[in-house]
Amino acid sequence: MTKEELKTSLSTALPSAAFDEAGEFLNVTISPAELLPLMNDLRNKPEYKFDYLFCLTAVDWKTHLVTVYHLFSKEHKHTLVVKAKIDDRVDPKVETVCHIWRTAEFLEREVYDLFGIKFLNHPDLRRIFLDENWPGWPLRKDYVDENMIEL
Amino acid sequence: MSNGLIEQDYMTEEGEFVINIGPQHPSTHGVLHLKVWLDGEIIKKVQPHLGYIHRSIEKMSESLSYRNFIFATSRMDYLSAHINNEACALAVEKGLGVEATPRAKAIRILMAELTRLASHQLWWGCTGLDLGAVTPFFYAFREREAINEIMEETCGARLTQNYSVPGGVMFDIHPNFQKRVKDVIKQIKENTKEYDELLTGNVIFEQRTKGVGYISKEDALSYGLSGPTARASGVSCDVRKWFPYEGYDKLDFKEVLMDGGDCYARYMCRMEEMKQSVHIIEQLIDNIPEGEFQAKTKQVIKLPKGEFYQRVETARGELGVYIVSDGAASPYRCKYRSPNFSNLSALPFMAKGAKIGDLVAIMATIDLVIPDVDR
Repeated sequence: MTKEELKTSLSTALPSAAFDEAGEFLNVTISPAELLPLMNDLRNKPEYKFDYLFCLTAVDWKTHLVTVYHLFSKEHKHTLVVKAKIDDRVDPKVETVCHIWRTAEFLEREVYDLFGIKFLNHPDLRRIFLDENWPGWPLRKDYVDENMIEL
Repeated sequence: MSNGLIEQDYMTEEGEFVINIGPQHPSTHGVLHLKVWLDGEIIKKVQPHLGYIHRSIEKMSESLSYRNFIFATSRMDYLSAHINNEACALAVEKGLGVEATPRAKAIRILMAELTRLASHQLWWGCTGLDLGAVTPFFYAFREREAINEIMEETCGARLTQNYSVPGGVMFDIHPNFQKRVKDVIKQIKENTKEYDELLTGNVIFEQRTKGVGYISKEDALSYGLSGPTARASGVSCDVRKWFPYEGYDKLDFKEVLMDGGDCYARYMCRMEEMKQSVHIIEQLIDNIPEGEFQAKTKQVIKLPKGEFYQRVETARGELGVYIVSDGAASPYRCKYRSPNFSNLSALPFMAKGAKIGDLVAIMATIDLVIPDVDR
């Protein structure tokens, strides 16, 4: 599907979603509650069939956190970027997708380690790089470390 | 449970023996720490513990300029340093809407394929070493050394080349470049048959790799594998073919696909890839376009607001650079989708049910580079 076709098809299913076509890929921003049903559809419905999750990360926008999923379909050769906007910075939570794409297991652990976003129903959610009792979430914009040097 | 300390070996209530392999183990190629649950010789479970050389390159990039953050990536996958630099340079060029000059593009492809050859040669030597054959290591380093010398002459560094900059390459190629590359290609072509004699047809080697560490096409895709590791399972994923950059679409080369899915298929996949790289270099070495080696860019680079994603094929798979820009002179967020991180995530799956000795064969043929996993 082209960008336009994807947008039309998705906007009927998700009337509340926000679309952004400015970049290279079509971006769709949704709330965390809508994530899991949408991801299941994107993986399993024959017209989407996004079978390759090639990048999973998060961005801290100071007022809110966003998890970013880059999806690609080997069969239809289309790309989609799904973003889940999490407003709660104190206890951010989002459903895991690691039973849909197993590569998400490690990638979600990385996001948890560096952003502190909890993935619900994740089989093994531990910090992946840092020590379990490391204070704070380093990739957040408000992270302070006494050893950090201002350049 | 802390992953900063090595836990003691112990026995579980079910009688499974738990041992720690690494982080300072010769066959883990760096500081990879694997916790392995064993029932006799059979692996019940593997848990990778990471972070021993986590340098937070992504966090550092947020305070570096768009010219400087490229050079930090040489320290990720140090065997594909040039290709990492290239990915970042391409991402910045995409944001700026600038294109590298034709000469720079040709030079970058040549250097990228030389890097791939050097990386695969090191991998070939180490795979032999891991599986008990010491000789291949010295044979592999013979050719790798010749490539490293070209790198040194051209870029001034053997491993961390730092050669790609936004708009092109840092300086023009050395006058000897073409002659030396041709010599190396000739040398590699002559010596490839020695590689096959030493390892490929070796009975012990074949028995240790055939049918070991199998992963199916569906699982490979689900685990997000890329590079030769995925192509050995029949997943077509060569970024040079799927999303051509730098003009790879104008070159004649094949995407090597195998259907074995085991260690031997991964081995054969890389051996074939070396031949394809040689073929690419041969097409380009006499056809480097004349002209500027660097397109003009502003001294201080500022990307427009937005998100830019660039992927390239490194020696190990798909490297993605995801830049989120807020219009400032350094990235707001910079994420590296590293091929090794995803490839490693499939290791527990591949190793389950295998023998402890096979774990080394699986690790060797995934071709892990730990600095790229940890970043």
